[in-house]
Amino acid sequence: MEKIFGLPSTVLEQMTHQFCPGCGHGIVDSLLMHELEEMGVKENTAIVWPVGCSPMAGSVSTINQVSAAHGRAAAVATGLKRSSKDTFVICYQGDGDLAAIGTAETIHAANRGENITVIFGNNSIYGMTGGQMAPTTMLGQLSTTTQSGRNSEQHGNPIRMAEIIAGLEAPKFVARYSVHDAKHVMQTKQGIKKALEVNKNGGYSFIEVVTMCPTGWKMTPEQSVKKIVEENLKVFPLGVLKEVD
Amino acid sequence: MKKEFLKGNEAMAEAAVRAGCRFFAGYPITPQNEIPEHLSRRLFEVGGEFVQAESEVAASYMVYGSSMTGTRCMTSSSGCGLALKAEGIGYITGARLPAVVINVGRGGPGLGQILPSQQDYLSATKAPSNGGARAFVLAPSNVQEAVDLVYEAFDIADKYRCVCYVLTDGVIGNMMEGVVLPEMRDLSSLPDKSDWVVTKRGPGPNTQFGNKRIITSWQNTGEELEATNQVFADMLEGWKANETRYEAYQMDDAEVVFAAYGTSARVAKTVVNKMRAEGIKAGLLRPITLFPFPEKPFEALDAAKVKKVICLEMSIPGQLIEDVRAFVDKKIPVEHFGRSGGVILKPEEAYEASKKML
Repeated sequence: MEKIFGLPSTVLEQMTHQFCPGCGHGIVDSLLMHELEEMGVKENTAIVWPVGCSPMAGSVSTINQVSAAHGRAAAVATGLKRSSKDTFVICYQGDGDLAAIGTAETIHAANRGENITVIFGNNSIYGMTGGQMAPTTMLGQLSTTTQSGRNSEQHGNPIRMAEIIAGLEAPKFVARYSVHDAKHVMQTKQGIKKALEVNKNGGYSFIEVVTMCPTGWKMTPEQSVKKIVEENLKVFPLGVLKEVD
Repeated sequence: MKKEFLKGNEAMAEAAVRAGCRFFAGYPITPQNEIPEHLSRRLFEVGGEFVQAESEVAASYMVYGSSMTGTRCMTSSSGCGLALKAEGIGYITGARLPAVVINVGRGGPGLGQILPSQQDYLSATKAPSNGGARAFVLAPSNVQEAVDLVYEAFDIADKYRCVCYVLTDGVIGNMMEGVVLPEMRDLSSLPDKSDWVVTKRGPGPNTQFGNKRIITSWQNTGEELEATNQVFADMLEGWKANETRYEAYQMDDAEVVFAAYGTSARVAKTVVNKMRAEGIKAGLLRPITLFPFPEKPFEALDAAKVKKVICLEMSIPGQLIEDVRAFVDKKIPVEHFGRSGGVILKPEEAYEASKKML
């Protein structure tokens, strides 16, 4: 019998990941693991996983792994790549990490055009610490620190990181995807592939992926998908924001 | 050997290049700017990389990233910049990576002053970061020694996979003295790091799941972290046993003992000489390693002979004095004289103040 689908060798079959049911991080990580295998770069890749839910895929990945402090992934990646040009360097970060505490590192690594790929899982919440407001939380969204819903007067508006990065000169590929249904998962896979190709050819690429956090949102996985379509994608429109050949 | 007339900061930067440093990330802050300025040019000449970071925090993590590739790397800063780098110093230490950090000290706390000061003794030697992280701390007292210690700091960092922290100040960083620069290290002669760097695969101390390498200060269980901390504790005991350094000046028959490091030790030497000329048996103990602290020469001071220990520091309140008091016989009074905030200690006032203490 022909095997038509299996785990890539970049994922350990004997280990189980720790993501909650309905979480989008696992889908994005899985796509990344498949792409790294398909591109044949798994032996010389280092993934920088900082603090939050995003690094939990590390426990099931066979790719060389670096932990960074909260928000500092792009700075770590800068030092790593500058000192080892043959290493394929990827940051995988969440929104509390990339869009709050790590905005300086994120923007300046992009502005310098570091030869790295940043994958940004945007689930509009601090998942790991129990559901606090993130910079990407929707207006009106409940969180443990916006118990009457986020309002712009007190908390500001959701921040659009991909648009900010796309406004810089150096980045070569900046796009936003979503993993709320199969069609969009496949589009995300193509986006990650494109971002990694840009990396391979020498340039900075940034992929934002809108993902679900049913636990943080206090919703079922099904309700979370509905929220993405009805709310999140209206604030975070999908598409390629910048592409330089 | 050619002797050159160089500014301390430039001389330390060049010493780093010659020691094999091939990556530097830093952020402008006075009085250490000549270090990044020199390296912004020099590192590219020798095939290295320089990044002017967006912050001191980011610079410390760039060094963390570089170090895990096996590259000799360094950052430098001053005063409040070191407070920002503290986070990265903890990650570097926790992940057991080698790196060199230079602090060209300025006045504090907070923004303080850009003028020279020795107010970072405690932060450097006791708590350069969170969680009990410790660094190997060296303190030069002239430009030649600064060059020699920066050069050697890379070997110490590699040997122990730790942060080697050179604590100097704006006097040494900004004055010019004649120095002999060390020879350029052959990079192929540097320690082999292939068994742990993240740019390779396969078995080594950082390997998981057979082939995968991981660089982290995270441990999965309390017991694992405790075991790692025991490794650190053992390493620090080893430093204490084998690595302490100090200079004993006119100590054989000393009845008045000065304790001072770095710039203050130069002032102390002048005071000792002046007192000796008057027939006062003065001497100087100068710690060169601030951590590990040279406990033994202080413990060895004989209360029957030594009447007083005077700590000279460019810090108010005194900081070095806390270590000195901890190891000197309680029967010997230990006193402090210092200036602070960027006011440089002068030999005349140090002499006058010390005379009054006798």
